[in-house]
Amino acid sequence: MRSTSRSATLALVLALAACSSAQSGTGRVATASSSGELAQGVREQTADEQVKQALNRVSFGARPGDAERVRAMGVDKWIELQLSPGKIDDRSAEQFVAKFPVLAMSPAQLLQDYPQPNQLIREKRREMARNGETVLRDSSGSKFSGLDFTAADSARYKEAGRLSRQMLVELQTAKVARAVIGDRQLEEVMVDFWENHFTVFAGKGPERYFLGQFERDAIRPHALGKFRDLLGAVAKSPAMLYYLDNWESTVEADRPSLVLRANRGGGNGRGRTAIVRNARLEAMGKDTTKKPRARGLNENYGRELLELHTLGVDGGYTQADVVSAARAFTGWTVEKPREDGSFAFRPALHDAGAKSFLGHTLAPNRGIEDGEQVLDIVATAPAAAHFVATKLVRRFVSDSVPAELVDRVANTFTRTDGDIRECLRTIFTSSEFFSRAAYKAKVKSPFELVVSALRVVGARADSTPRTAQMIAKLGQPLYGHLAPNGYPERGDAWINTGAILARINFGLVVASGKVPGASLAEWTDGAQLQSLPHGAQVDGIIRSILGGEASPDTRRVLESGVNPMASDSASAATKLTGFENIVGLALGAPEFQRR
Amino acid sequence: MQRRVFLKSGALALVTMGLSPSFLRRMVYAQGMPAPQKGKVLICLFQRGAADALNIVVPHGDASYYALRPNIAIARPGAADGAIDLDGYFGLHPSMAPLKPLWDRGMLAPVHAVGSPSSTRSHFDAQDYMESGTPDVKGTPDGWLNRFLATKGTCDECKVPASPFRAVAFAQQTPRIMEGPAPTIAMSSLNDFTIRATGSDVERLEALYRTGSADLIHGAGAETFDAVKMLKEANPQRYAAEHDAIYPKSPFGQSLKQIAQLVKADVGLEIAFADVGGWDTHVNQGGATGQLANRLGDFAQAIAALVTDLGDRMDDVVIMTMSEFGRMAKQNGNGGTDHGHAGALFVIGGHVQGHKVHGKWPGLAQEQLNEGRDLALTTDFRAVFSEVVHKHIGATRTDALFPGFTSTTAVGVV
Repeated sequence: MRSTSRSATLALVLALAACSSAQSGTGRVATASSSGELAQGVREQTADEQVKQALNRVSFGARPGDAERVRAMGVDKWIELQLSPGKIDDRSAEQFVAKFPVLAMSPAQLLQDYPQPNQLIREKRREMARNGETVLRDSSGSKFSGLDFTAADSARYKEAGRLSRQMLVELQTAKVARAVIGDRQLEEVMVDFWENHFTVFAGKGPERYFLGQFERDAIRPHALGKFRDLLGAVAKSPAMLYYLDNWESTVEADRPSLVLRANRGGGNGRGRTAIVRNARLEAMGKDTTKKPRARGLNENYGRELLELHTLGVDGGYTQADVVSAARAFTGWTVEKPREDGSFAFRPALHDAGAKSFLGHTLAPNRGIEDGEQVLDIVATAPAAAHFVATKLVRRFVSDSVPAELVDRVANTFTRTDGDIRECLRTIFTSSEFFSRAAYKAKVKSPFELVVSALRVVGARADSTPRTAQMIAKLGQPLYGHLAPNGYPERGDAWINTGAILARINFGLVVASGKVPGASLAEWTDGAQLQSLPHGAQVDGIIRSILGGEASPDTRRVLESGVNPMASDSASAATKLTGFENIVGLALGAPEFQRR
Repeated sequence: MQRRVFLKSGALALVTMGLSPSFLRRMVYAQGMPAPQKGKVLICLFQRGAADALNIVVPHGDASYYALRPNIAIARPGAADGAIDLDGYFGLHPSMAPLKPLWDRGMLAPVHAVGSPSSTRSHFDAQDYMESGTPDVKGTPDGWLNRFLATKGTCDECKVPASPFRAVAFAQQTPRIMEGPAPTIAMSSLNDFTIRATGSDVERLEALYRTGSADLIHGAGAETFDAVKMLKEANPQRYAAEHDAIYPKSPFGQSLKQIAQLVKADVGLEIAFADVGGWDTHVNQGGATGQLANRLGDFAQAIAALVTDLGDRMDDVVIMTMSEFGRMAKQNGNGGTDHGHAGALFVIGGHVQGHKVHGKWPGLAQEQLNEGRDLALTTDFRAVFSEVVHKHIGATRTDALFPGFTSTTAVGVV
């Protein structure tokens, strides 16, 4: 990396010397002048760098004027404000996303208004059966001939397909818009962080119907709250229950389930519990006789809860703990997932036997308390504190995670009962956060790259799917990660041959004005620069887009009107490029790939 | 990672500062790298949506087949619109006629009753398992093709950096099967693999990545420009289809055409991947004609064109198809088929054990069906995959490709 402890020391010495150069002094000076609600560690970064660091990490990158505003307010004060999103007026983002009604709708409403295309086929089938019509007919090549699909039915089917895709597109568009124009930036960063930590995949069956609710009701309210609340909201979210299959995980046939007396009708005098075979059949009725489904325990959620959500892969649990966790969550399911889609606990499907989990004994004959206790245990486990702290530090500080900082964040986690805001405060007040090693140390993910590019040129929110499509093309389709481990958090995973090509081309697309909402003509910094001579334009673009930090080589390439790769001076004759070209080069430059 | 570090430090050794030496280095690199040899190529084709194996490789010799599928079965060979007989017991769907010549030449090796031992009927899960190579294990971070690249890439004889076009997926995003630490390229089409700028800007962008810091981003950027240049010079698009091969105009057909172009351009392609959807035929799948027939027509024509186009190069190429599971043996109430269990796949190449339907046929009598409803599984897909990668492209550590799986008997397909 760029820094060594020697250069860090040098920076500090210079800072103490309080040289009054063109730069606005050192961090020490700046932090001393800010009203420090945030504690102050030694900061290797200059005051200017601290502003950029904060904007690059606490937000998705600077918009025009942001650096000046943060500097005027004081870095610490601005971070403190971001830690309390409720105090930030976020009207413009709210107004924008209000254009997308799907965001506010429940899964049940969505399933009603945006029916799944296959649902229409099922309905048609039922309707024909009711009318005594025979459904079977050899194909004439038309997809729906056997169903007597009328032209109107066909149109409905097509429209349903379009709408159900549109629904996902709107969720993606809103997510991008909030990141680009929202003022509660840290909240957006944390929503993104937790959505990736608790990743679900929109392409799995009806999952997309649950996504809006997931973000709105499970993730966002707790993004800066208590980890246990977040974990609980996710555990009960139809999105996670469906994605990790817990909705169909039931007591094994040879184990006791929990059945309320009322449901037993008559009762057999054995009290609250009884052995129930085929509990699922009983609870689900006819549907399951038609299409046999795998019944019994599904360990998927139990495993990922431990491995990916809380303790981490080396978190000290065994396969027996996975099974116990899975048993504890039997009966945590979704109310008619294809029709209603809200959380339900079904005693008849719950394994009521005693369980041993991570050294704790879960008493027999309990219901939903089993799962709640498992969540309590994992949310307070030291391994979880360490695991979550590591991920936060990796997101906000560096891929090479400073171990001491992780320990301090984990301590905060434990001390504050898993208070996410306090963990973040520990990070943002650390000397590691403002260290030289952490400066520009992170490689932007495709989502971060696109959002930061649009922010830096002062783009309006894109109401079309275009931006989300570009992010997908760069390799990070939103809500589109298939596996439960989420998108990579380390830079090296995002950087490869194809990726750089796509990133460069993305910068060129932005500069050419082909991204809806991003117009260089509307970019005020840009408008001012347009009229200046070439050299001044380059300076301005380096200042605005690269934060004033271009390597000498990059500066030379941007400045030179000549073709730097040409071997003979004849073809190297001045080929001055326009303003757009310089912007495209800057957005495609290696420097812009980092934050 | 190792490779990038090597490249970058190589660059630093040659170059101190300034731009033209870097350009020079690029030339040195390009010349110093031996032209990739005509190596073995594996082309994997994924039929997403669970293709109906029983109507693709038709068991016309099994009487139960016709009882289970009164409306959608493919008639016996000889009848109107009947199956194309292969061996007196199995036949191809009539839309698969373009593949019959491959069978006759011993290049087509169907494997029947093959698939994943997982009992899942979820497309999502089953595709995941087939691509990760680990049935019923969801946490596997990488795809098995990438594990092949990663484990094979460490061989001693690989003194020169692997070609950036070693593994190419014709897809918008890297498919699960290719995800992992080894570099791969995903592109929608060859046209996409270019810098969307005009001459001078392209060179200036290149200069940005060839100078300055020796970090990950610069290293990958330098590789990118090497790759773009390499592709431009190889100009695969100059290869018109040969031997009167006619590719369908469908996206799948065009993907296969471009795979052939990459093979012919000798850019070091070792693994290619493309996928094709439309196989989830719950409703009115049709028989000899109709929905499935149309899909199969495109599928077979595209593969036949690829084989024809590649000509003698097929000696070094194996094409392997796959689909996440088969469909129910019995037709459903909508003239379609619901999700089943075992399926069928094709292994095609100049050196495969063709002209034989591989795999043990479990039969379609009621008691022979999986869960009383589907074609039972007799061959684990990993047995076929590991045999193909081992025998065709020299994977030695198939245990690393398919952890937890040991093949007990050879399938004998290659």
